[in-house]
Amino acid sequence: MPSRLRFCVRRYPAGDPDARTTVVTLSVPTDIDCIEEAVALVTFHCLSGTAARETVRFRLQVALSEALANAIIRGNHGDRSKLVRVRAELGADAIRIHVTDEGAGFDPAAVPEPLGPEGLQRANGRGLFLIRSLVDAVEFNDRGNSICMILRRP
Amino acid sequence: MTFSQSREHSGVLVVRVEGQLVVSNRQELKDVVQRALAAGDRKLLLDFTGTGYIDSSGLGALVTIAKQVREQGGEMRLAGLNEDLRSLFELTKLDTLFSIADTPAQALTAY
Repeated sequence: MPSRLRFCVRRYPAGDPDARTTVVTLSVPTDIDCIEEAVALVTFHCLSGTAARETVRFRLQVALSEALANAIIRGNHGDRSKLVRVRAELGADAIRIHVTDEGAGFDPAAVPEPLGPEGLQRANGRGLFLIRSLVDAVEFNDRGNSICMILRRP
Repeated sequence: MTFSQSREHSGVLVVRVEGQLVVSNRQELKDVVQRALAAGDRKLLLDFTGTGYIDSSGLGALVTIAKQVREQGGEMRLAGLNEDLRSLFELTKLDTLFSIADTPAQALTAY
């Protein structure tokens, strides 16, 4: 089956063979079956040519998988007419990955911690906690429909 | 096939999680376990030796499955988690909820 992802890699400054910033952009359909392919594609381009430890790859895979699932299920509410956009900026010091949905946004401060006795028994509510635990920094836009996950290069 | 199964002589049903355990296939694992419980299985071992990564939906599915197995008077163990996978259970404190063995062989001796 052909891929339903739209993918682009650009290096900046354009035309400079020693360009220090690469930008990977990806449009992902609102379909959870597209998440694994999107994660594999972005992870490959973020870490190719680097001596990244396996743990960095793992953290990137899980965090991105979470962010995409949140965007598809909670952001776009499964509406297949909408897209999720991924923009990964690969700089010399850090990888910044933005995941943006077309939803109304949410207040990340209102998401409860999942570690209490009640949270421990729940089947959901760990996604944002995992993202925050696995990457070096997390930022949101004002609307709350775009997350930026930052992984600093060792 | 994401979830292959085999039965040990001791009667333990071993379910191997190959690839990812994530939002798109967690229901499949739940179905596998539910069918096993319906068929009378009460000793289950989930083997993560061939697992790449698990997301929060996968962890949530394990919480649901463990509860179902407990309610049926059964016993479920996890094994074969590498260091990265194990860190997910530690971060979320789910390592306190599950019986986790280093290897499938070690888990099998504990039933």
